[in-house]
Order: sequence, then C-alpha cells, then structure tokens
Amino acid sequence: MNALSPEGYVTADGRKIGGQLMEMKNITLRFGGVKAITDISFDIREGEIRAIIGPNGAGKSSMLNVISGFYVPQEGEVWFRGARRPQMKPYEVAQQGIARTFQNIALFEGMSVLDNVMTGRLNNMNANIFSQAIWKGRAEREEVLNREVVEKVIDFLEIQSIRKTPVARLPYGLKKRVELARALAAEPKLLLLDEPMAGMNVEEKEDMSRFILDVNDEFGTTIALIEHDMGVVMDLSDRVVVMDYGKKIGDGTPDEVRNNQDVIDAYLGVSHD
Amino acid sequence: MAQSSQAADGLASIPALLQRNATRFADKPAYREKEFGIWQTWTWSDIKREIDDLALGLINLGVNEGDFIAIIGSNRPQLYWSMVAAQSVGAIPVPVYNDSAAEEMAYVLDHCGARFAIVEDQEQVDKVIDIQDRLTLFEHMIYLDPRGLRKYDHHKLHQFSHVQEQGRAARDEFTPDLEARQAKLTYASTCVMLYTSGTTGKPKGVVLSNRNIIESAKSSCEFDKLALGEEVLAYLPMAWVGDFIFSIGQAYWSGSCVNCPESPETMMTDLREIGPTYFFAPPRVFEGMLTNVMIRMEDASRFKKRLFDHYMAHARRVGPAILDGKPVGLMDRMKYALGNLFVFGPLKNTLGFTNVRVGYTAGEAIGPEIFSFYRSLGINLKQLYGQTEASVFITVQPDGEVRDDTVGVPAPGVELRIADNGEVFYRSPGTFESYYKNPESTASTKDAEGWVATGDAGFIEPGTGHLRIIDRAKDVGKMEDGSLFAPKYVENKLKFYPNILEAVVFGNGKDRCTAFINIDLQAVGNWAERNNISYSSYQELAGHPSVLDAVQKHVEEVNASVAQDEMLSGCQIHRFLILHKELDADDGEMTRTRKVRRRIVEDKFHDLVKALYDGSQTVSTKTEVTYEDGRKGYISATLTLRDAKVFPIVQGKVAAE
Repeated sequence: MNALSPEGYVTADGRKIGGQLMEMKNITLRFGGVKAITDISFDIREGEIRAIIGPNGAGKSSMLNVISGFYVPQEGEVWFRGARRPQMKPYEVAQQGIARTFQNIALFEGMSVLDNVMTGRLNNMNANIFSQAIWKGRAEREEVLNREVVEKVIDFLEIQSIRKTPVARLPYGLKKRVELARALAAEPKLLLLDEPMAGMNVEEKEDMSRFILDVNDEFGTTIALIEHDMGVVMDLSDRVVVMDYGKKIGDGTPDEVRNNQDVIDAYLGVSHD
Repeated sequence: MAQSSQAADGLASIPALLQRNATRFADKPAYREKEFGIWQTWTWSDIKREIDDLALGLINLGVNEGDFIAIIGSNRPQLYWSMVAAQSVGAIPVPVYNDSAAEEMAYVLDHCGARFAIVEDQEQVDKVIDIQDRLTLFEHMIYLDPRGLRKYDHHKLHQFSHVQEQGRAARDEFTPDLEARQAKLTYASTCVMLYTSGTTGKPKGVVLSNRNIIESAKSSCEFDKLALGEEVLAYLPMAWVGDFIFSIGQAYWSGSCVNCPESPETMMTDLREIGPTYFFAPPRVFEGMLTNVMIRMEDASRFKKRLFDHYMAHARRVGPAILDGKPVGLMDRMKYALGNLFVFGPLKNTLGFTNVRVGYTAGEAIGPEIFSFYRSLGINLKQLYGQTEASVFITVQPDGEVRDDTVGVPAPGVELRIADNGEVFYRSPGTFESYYKNPESTASTKDAEGWVATGDAGFIEPGTGHLRIIDRAKDVGKMEDGSLFAPKYVENKLKFYPNILEAVVFGNGKDRCTAFINIDLQAVGNWAERNNISYSSYQELAGHPSVLDAVQKHVEEVNASVAQDEMLSGCQIHRFLILHKELDADDGEMTRTRKVRRRIVEDKFHDLVKALYDGSQTVSTKTEVTYEDGRKGYISATLTLRDAKVFPIVQGKVAAE
C-alpha cells in the first residue's frame, strides 16, 4: 500500500515531500495489563502533513505521546532524523525540534498572550540569571532576538490585537491559536497537534485549517496531527494512519484510507449476521 | 504659514508634490506602519525611492498612460505608494472597497476596464482570480503579502517587492520614460477615480482631477492650519474619498505623517500609541468609543464613578465654552483644570485624543450628547458636510462656531445655493470632472455652469449662514394629509439612543408613520447582562418583551420631541417593530459605508411593512441572509408589533429645532 521511495514523493498538489524524518518501528505501549498500542509501525516524512485518526480510545493520543517522547514504549524503536532515539526528558525532546499543542489547552492563564508565546522561546534563552536580573548585555540581546521571532509568529497567526490580553480572558478558539503560536515560536522541525479543531465552530475550523496549511507551506514544518473531524483530516493531510483498539488498520493517502474496508468497518460498524 | 505662499505652479500633481516633499522634508516621517509590534517609519525621501522603484516596475510590466489600476486592500503604506506610483506613470488609481464581495468587485473592475490590480493578500488575490474570467481587459495582478500564494500560477501574478526590484534593475532604461510621463501631468489630468458607495443602483465612478484634489487639500489645510508635523491615523477604507483627501491630498500638501494601524482590530491601541493631531471618524466610531467608556465606568469603583460623574457634569457646563474661547469664570476654570487633572486628561489619553488639535466627523448626523461629550473634554471636534463629487469639502465648521445641529459654513472656495424644492447645490474647485462612462448621470448631477446637486434637502440658517441638512431630497416626501415626511430626521433622533443601532421610518403617502428598529447588540446585551436577561442570539434579544418596552419608551420620547416641531410633527411613529436581523451590507440592505438602502429594505420586508399598517399584533416572516463567504441561508421569526403613544402638535414653534 505504501510504495514510497526513500527519497520522498510528490503530493497531488505538487508539493515535494522529503525522506523520513521520524520512523516508528513496531511500537507496543502497555499501561499495566492494558495494551494501549500494539505493534505499530509507520513513518513521518519531511515536509508532510501526517494525520493519525481513529475512533475514541483507539490510542491516538498515546501514539502522539510516544512521538513526543513523553511515553516510552515497552517494545519497539523510535527513530528520529536517522538515529535511534533514546529515552529522553521533555526538554531534550524540545531541543531536538519537536513542539506540540495539547487537546486540553495548557497555557498560563494569568499571563498575556505575548508572554505565553515567549515561553516557546525558552530553549533559545541562554543568559544566566544574573544578566537576566540586571537586563544588560546578553539577556537584552537575546530577548530582542526572541521577541522578533515571536512577533513574526503573532503576525502570522493574526493575533496582534490580543497581544497584551491575559489568556484567561480569551475565547476557546483563540486560546487554541495562542497554543499554536507558542509551539511555532520554538521554530520546530516537527509540530504535533493534538485535536487542533476540537470544540471549534465551522469558521474557526476553516481558519485553523488555513493556518496549518500555511505553516507547512511557509516554514516547511512537518506536521503530525490527531483529529476527529474527518472532513478536515481528508482535506489537510497528505497521508493518514488509522488506528483502532491500539492497532494500525490503515495507512495511506486520504483516498486510499477512505476506500479501505477495515477503516469503513471501524467507523461505521460491521453487521454481525 | 509656509505653504500658503507657494504658488500652485509646478505642483500640479501628487507626484510633483512628492518630489517637493522629498527634497524639502527629506528626513521627516511620511508614513508609519506598525509591523511585528514596532512602528516602522519611512521618511519622505524613503517613500520617493519606494514609489519610483514601483513606478519603474509598473512600466516594466507594461502599464500605459491612461490605464486603470485597481488598488484593493486595507490601509497599508505600500498601497498608498501604489496610488502615487500609478499616477507617476500616467495611469489612474482606482481604490476598491476591500470588503466588497467578488460580485461588487467584478462590477467596478469591469466598469473601469482595469488592466492591473495591486492587492494586499491572498484573500483579495482569490477574489480577483474568481472574477478574472469576466474581465476582458484584465492582465496582471501584484500582491503585497506572499503568504499562502507560493503555489499559485505566477504567470500573471507578481510580488510587490519583486516588481520594485525589477524596476530598480531597469532604472537606467526606464527613467527617461518615467520622467517624460510625469512631466505630462497637469492640473487637468485625472488624479484618481473613486466609486461612490451607491445608496441607489450601481456604483458610479467619480473622476477627480489633480486640480480637484490639490485645491481641496490646499484650502482645507489652510482652513485648519495644518502644517508639517501633523500626525493622522489612516484606518478608514481607502476607497472612500475622505481617506484619499486626508491620507494623500492633505498629507502630501502639508507634509504630515500618515500612520497605518497594525490590523483593523488593533485600531484603538494604535490610536492611543500614535496620538494623532488631526483625526477624522464617522459618528459611529465616536459613538462606539463613548459607549465603551460608559460601559467601563458602570463597572468602575463607586469612588471613580462619582469622580467621573461630578467632573463630567461640570465639563458639560463649561467645557465647550472654554474650548470656544468664550468668557468663563475663574472658579469654573479652576474646577475644570482640576477635572482635567483627575478625569479628562487620563480619559483623553486612554482614547488616544491627547494631541488632537482638530477632529472631524461627517457622513451622518451625530447625536448631540455624543458631540458635546467630546467637546466638553476639550477635544476640538467639528462637523463637516461633503461628498465624493466635491472632493469632500462642501461646508465645514470654523473654530468657535461649532454646533451639533448644523454642518457649518461653505468651505473656502465653495459657493452654495438652495433650490426651490429645498435641495442643496454647490460649486467649487473640488467639483468632480464627470462620472466615468456615464454622461447622463453627469449631466443630471452637474449643470453647465458647474453647479452640482447634492441630493440632500436643507436650508441656510438666517443670521449665522450655517447650513442645516434635513434629509436626502428624494427621501423627503408628503404624508397623506400633505404634511412633510422626512424619515432621516426621525431616524437620527432614534439612533441617538445607545440601544438603537439603526432605524428605518416609513410613511410616505401614508396616513401615519411606522418604523423598523435594529437594536445595538453591544449596548442592549450589556444591559441584559446586568438585568439577568439571558439570550443566545440577536434575534432572541430583539424579541424580548423588556427590550421592546425599553425601545417603546425611546420611540415615545422621540415622538414627544418631534411633536415640538410644527413642520415635521406628522412624522411621529405610531407603530414599530424590532427587526429579527441586523441590516447588513452583505445582504444589500446597507451600503458599504453603512447607509440604509431604504427602497431595498422596504421591498425585502414588504410583509412586515404591511403588518405595521394593517393592525395585526404579531407577524411571521422568513428572510434570506447572506454569509460573508457568499453562502445563503434563511432565518424565520415571529415579530411582535407595538403601538407607540403620539403627542399633539405644539403650535407656534419654528421648524428648526
């Protein structure tokens, strides 16, 4: 089903997708006696938008947490940029160029949008605490550079008007956008989005889809996303992994997946007669 | 003043003014735009370079003299430069409302036969691509913001900066051509073409010459003593004549600096940061600001609220007089100074009005309370009356003669005449050349001697010489009993209530007047919140009995005040209803400048109008609505009709209240 050359492929709309950025090899994840993920393998290619879909409880979020390094699978290997990834601390994963957003928004509610997005630059701040305190030399230079990056992200996501607004005062749809901004501020190679459209209305979904496509197009960021809204997934993604009960039941372009009998069964149910 | 001594000779076009400013004001700021959170500045010599590069690039693309170039986008410095670059190469800029639907845009682009378009971003590119097939003459499009456009077919699509680069590269080759084209520009050549918003029928292309624009800019700068160092905020639609006069005409003449906000949503923040010295806003902007202040004061602590109320009451009493330089007692002055320290100063600072020397409002009547609020704070807010065909200025209020019920005296160089039927006519150096490709309309609007019909009915107040506008001439009618019907007069009185956003009064040829009301969702919603009234939509709130009660009270107050006026007392409202949807430009019920299209509203809601006259208590209706992306849907509702108390006519008062 997945006869892709190792050098990459060209999508239907003419974008060039590169070689493997990340590869999951036979991943199995257990919580005590519960198997959340069973023997799953797939890859994510450079510059592609890769979706993970599946019914509730299929293990999608667990999979994303394995990719982000938060969960360590009992079996299997995670390869990132051609090297096997050892067990890592979250900040080490971030330093590798992986950023994410959360299904349940995880922002600092009392801080302004700007400050929240600035936290995305944490890994680019190396000045020591003393120079930070007196705000001279390196600390100041770094802040200016980081602010520049952050302002470009703010401009990109069109949230200038809420720059100084405390996050707690924002509606849900905008909070999602601020989360995306924080992830983008880290200038990630790989961006993980956990249900970016959950709880949004049609207009907000359209906006978010546009931003995801633009991020991919403008910065060449590889994006892996989990999403429930089938319409959105099929429109956005280049390739889709389908999971059900912790197993992979399909993998391919949206069209291939849509016509896959196992996938249809998982979503629509099978008759038992 | 320096400028007044200059002969207009040699300064016969905007590019010529640019040339002058680039040498005289070389290192003075000309444009600012907030980008990436920081105000970026371009000096006059910077923009001369930018505009020349673009002009050369346009020649390189094949722009000929006399071509039309559509400019579509929000207020960005680059788009302002595009207008002047177009003029430099002998082409005619046609700014288009950036929020127009593709259909409206197609009409304008097709009507002027634009060969080129300079647009802001992907949204506008998409719109033009949509309609491109219908435009026979259209060739190339230039865009500012490349985001999302990478994958588009770039045969006829160019990035702004690339066009400039190509122009720069071909400098030696094309400069003689550019200079030759600039030298050909005279006072009589076309400066810009602006489409009127069209309260009736299709938009008309108003051709304005360099003479119109420069003379208007010059005399209005002198009138208000605008000079180098003024700061203005460019936030109104670029397709509107006012923005062209303020942000290009007056800015180029006086050498002032035009500031472009970061995005339409940040306008209020940017206004505060810039602190303009010269500010224009339609009444609804001032109204919105005042509503915000009042809502916030409702939530303020008791002490602050009392301080505010106390000093505002004093300001209302003496503020306007102090502003006009009239005699005011020493104690009152000292109290006002204290108020300024505690209340007015900080408030003006919050609103961004600390530095405003001259502020104007026009386009619609402004509520007396709103007007006096700003004046009592010490903000020199004045009214002017104008239209596209006049290059804005017909009448203006001189300092010291500012009133809420007139629109001022004729602007410098303007002659005024009132026809027998009450319609206002004017003649001025700013009078437009013609309507493009529409000699019939030109002839019916402008006569051989240059008098232009405004379409507004009004009269000149004896004694002061101030002009007062009653209504659109064609809307003024007769009731069944022959008394005067002036809907706008009543509608304005209704709209002065913060709860009422729009009102449409009917009654021409009928025995009594009735009205449609649109409530202001922000004001009424806030009130509902404080009174524990829950609602989920505009429609639900609009149908709430307590909202109807509140509006009924307003209507009856208006009736009482209309009854004071012998001439117009027949216009009291007997019955009204609150519409189940907000009147919207997307549905064609309003123009893009938010003026109600009376006929269309009457036609579209004919069942409701009928119900207002046949005595029924409720009426069910179904209305088509258009969403912003052009999709259509329906909303249905059952509306309650209310009777309002009317008042006996008070005899012996003049029509002028």
